[in-house]
Amino acid sequence: MSILIAILTLALVAVVIFVVSAPLRSSRRRPDAGRAGGAGEDAARASGADDVALESPSGSALRGDLEAAREAKYREIRDAELDYRTGKLSREDYEAIDGALRAEAIEILNRLEADGEG
Amino acid sequence: MAGLGRACLLLALAVCVYGIGASLYGVRSGRSEFSGSGRRCVYALAGILTIAFAVLEVAFLGNDFAFNTVASTSSRTTPAFYRAAAVWSSQEGSLLLWAWLLSLWSSLALFLTRRRLRDVAAYATSVLLGLAGFFIALMIFYANPFATTRPAPVEGAGLDPLLRFPTMMIHPPMLYSGYTLCTIPLAFGIGALLARRVDADWIKAIRRFAFAAWLFLGVGILLGARWSYAELGWGGYWGWDAVENASLMPWLTGTAFLHSLMIQEKRGMLKVWNISLVLATGTLAIMGTFLVRSGILNSIHAFGGATLGVPFVVVIAALIGGSIYLVVSRRDMLRSEHRLDSLLSRESIFIANNVVLVALCFVIFWGTYFPLISDALTGHEASVGPPWFDRYTVPLALVLVLLSGIGPVITWRRATLANARRNFTVPVLAALVTLLALLAVGVPQKPFAIAMFCCAAFVLASIGQEFFRGVNARRAMAGEAAPVALLSLVRRNRRRYGGYIVHLGIAVLFVGVAASSSFQHASELGLSPGQSTRVGAYTVRYVRPTATITPKDDRAHTGSTLSLGAVLAVYKHGHHVATLQPSEGFYAAAGAQGSVGSLIGGQPVSHVSMDAGATRDIWSAIAPNIETPELKRIVSIGNRTLPAEDAIVAIGVLARTYLQHPPQAQFHLIVSPLVMWIWLGGLIVFGGGLIAIWPAPSAVRRRVAVRARTRDARGLARA
Repeated sequence: MSILIAILTLALVAVVIFVVSAPLRSSRRRPDAGRAGGAGEDAARASGADDVALESPSGSALRGDLEAAREAKYREIRDAELDYRTGKLSREDYEAIDGALRAEAIEILNRLEADGEG
Repeated sequence: MAGLGRACLLLALAVCVYGIGASLYGVRSGRSEFSGSGRRCVYALAGILTIAFAVLEVAFLGNDFAFNTVASTSSRTTPAFYRAAAVWSSQEGSLLLWAWLLSLWSSLALFLTRRRLRDVAAYATSVLLGLAGFFIALMIFYANPFATTRPAPVEGAGLDPLLRFPTMMIHPPMLYSGYTLCTIPLAFGIGALLARRVDADWIKAIRRFAFAAWLFLGVGILLGARWSYAELGWGGYWGWDAVENASLMPWLTGTAFLHSLMIQEKRGMLKVWNISLVLATGTLAIMGTFLVRSGILNSIHAFGGATLGVPFVVVIAALIGGSIYLVVSRRDMLRSEHRLDSLLSRESIFIANNVVLVALCFVIFWGTYFPLISDALTGHEASVGPPWFDRYTVPLALVLVLLSGIGPVITWRRATLANARRNFTVPVLAALVTLLALLAVGVPQKPFAIAMFCCAAFVLASIGQEFFRGVNARRAMAGEAAPVALLSLVRRNRRRYGGYIVHLGIAVLFVGVAASSSFQHASELGLSPGQSTRVGAYTVRYVRPTATITPKDDRAHTGSTLSLGAVLAVYKHGHHVATLQPSEGFYAAAGAQGSVGSLIGGQPVSHVSMDAGATRDIWSAIAPNIETPELKRIVSIGNRTLPAEDAIVAIGVLARTYLQHPPQAQFHLIVSPLVMWIWLGGLIVFGGGLIAIWPAPSAVRRRVAVRARTRDARGLARA
């Protein structure tokens, strides 16, 4: 019984090491994969390696935030429309709020475009 | 197999230590392969702990009493159904369940964020592994579920009979899922602060986990209340027990966060408040676990292991200190992007709702921890009971329910008085009509209960109005039939209408709480067969005693040796309305005196019987007297003359004698109105929560996103 447990434990350790070290091994095979962007990123994406970061250090961080802000703003525009259709907003109030929201959305889109996404 | 379990724990701890180092090194040096390796440590941890948990489950199901935890919380007589759940009835098993669930939820969170939030996720990985490592270290050094004794005992002590109840199978996993899910936003919040990325993206990543934590915690709390009501013999569903409170506090701050989160998403406001709520909710979840495991409480929930207190205090102190430092040091990044446009807006209602929820949490925190602080400082534990809690929580709950009706009918940014008048007319009228109706039917003067009914009517009307107008708008837009329009409306606006349904459920739930606590009739008295008593409008007659020898004939299937009870007939205005059969189970206990005494010497457990309905519950419990000279003589003779294998014969004689000469029994009888509404409200909240959290199918989401982009681009261009 104890031999069986020892074998099972060793097998488990081996599997864990194999799983945990996979990104390190794939990075050794592709020296530039660890650095974000460029050919390494393409190679990582092509190989399906999820654990290699696919975002650039600063630009993507900003883009992620802007994309989240854009989605939230779209949702806000749709919510305002639903508020208007369900009678919580008068036409004048809706037009004023909708205009302000769309202006804010355009600003976010402009910033996204400036960040290279458009 | 205990060796495999112990090896799993050691390996799990090693994986945590390596994963923390790899994640931190990866994010600090910019070497993402190490961050990726750290993330995979969480996946590996989930696999290892799954094996460890399976080993323990197999030990329980196979009655392997060499495992100390199996011997102390299970037995051959424990029904298999409950043996599977007995794993988390012990200190050691529940720690393993905590760590296992944490690893599963962490894996899911990190898998879903594997392509984004690189820096934040790496820090979050190290926090999550740190927490998991802490619980694993507790198991290795203080409460090892794989500790064994050789030679193994031939029989275990058995599962606490109080825990032999179906909801106990799912109440702890639900609560632990809630607690562990609370740590996901905590970890990502700390990660966002460390990485200095406190904008919209991390909020988006953890929103669904915060909602899931809220949902699981809520279901766990409600199942616990249901267990307390239907199983424990005191007749209540909430006793302001410290452990109940410990689970309620993170739920309250989590509720506050789910509301204020929307303000940050839409307006970029309340960033300091939101991150503080996230950190507080996660810390309160750990503190809740601490209360149960530290041994400082004298509660039905407490595990009593005093050794775990100090490590928990250290971790909680580190969490609180670290959180405060991070928020203060990053305060410049957490500035609001906008200001409130108007006091008459949904934002301000949400802020008021947050203030009330946090005030509720503070009251409960003080009431829960003050006795402990008092005990630590003075050596005398101050008593804080239900009246103290009710004094503060009832008015706050009233305001909360009222706000849950105002929020849905008021718009974001700026509402006008004209619109407010239009939107509030129906809800206010509903509240007034309810008040007049209550006064007309002569409801007893219970101002808080009447106020709660009026607030609930206000909420029901405001939510009903929202659905009605939404369906009409949908019909006007798409020309759909009303049922189709309703489905389309909810499907296209899951968060909004799921949230409304949650508000509806909360109102229903509070109606049940207000009615059952204000208009309850209770009686505790002794009755002999043939005698009657009045409870409220009902007459209860003790018809005859009952006695069954178990386990074969145990009505509740709880494995008690002997069950003594009564048949009660309930009448209203002379008409028979219900028959109740409460009983009390007597369980075997190791170490009790004598062969017969050991079969019934365990803690007796009341089996409640009730007639539950939409308008009222008739609840009954019995405490039969087996200490009469005649019954004691039977046990005494049996102890002297019968070997253990024949002792059940004496139990049979005892049962027959009890039936032939029943002594007076003590009864606890309660008539409570609208208790069913509490469980119904909980189900509605659960349903609404599921609708709100349910992700849109990916194809639909893509189509909607593309359509929205196209339409918005067109619209925005016109603007």
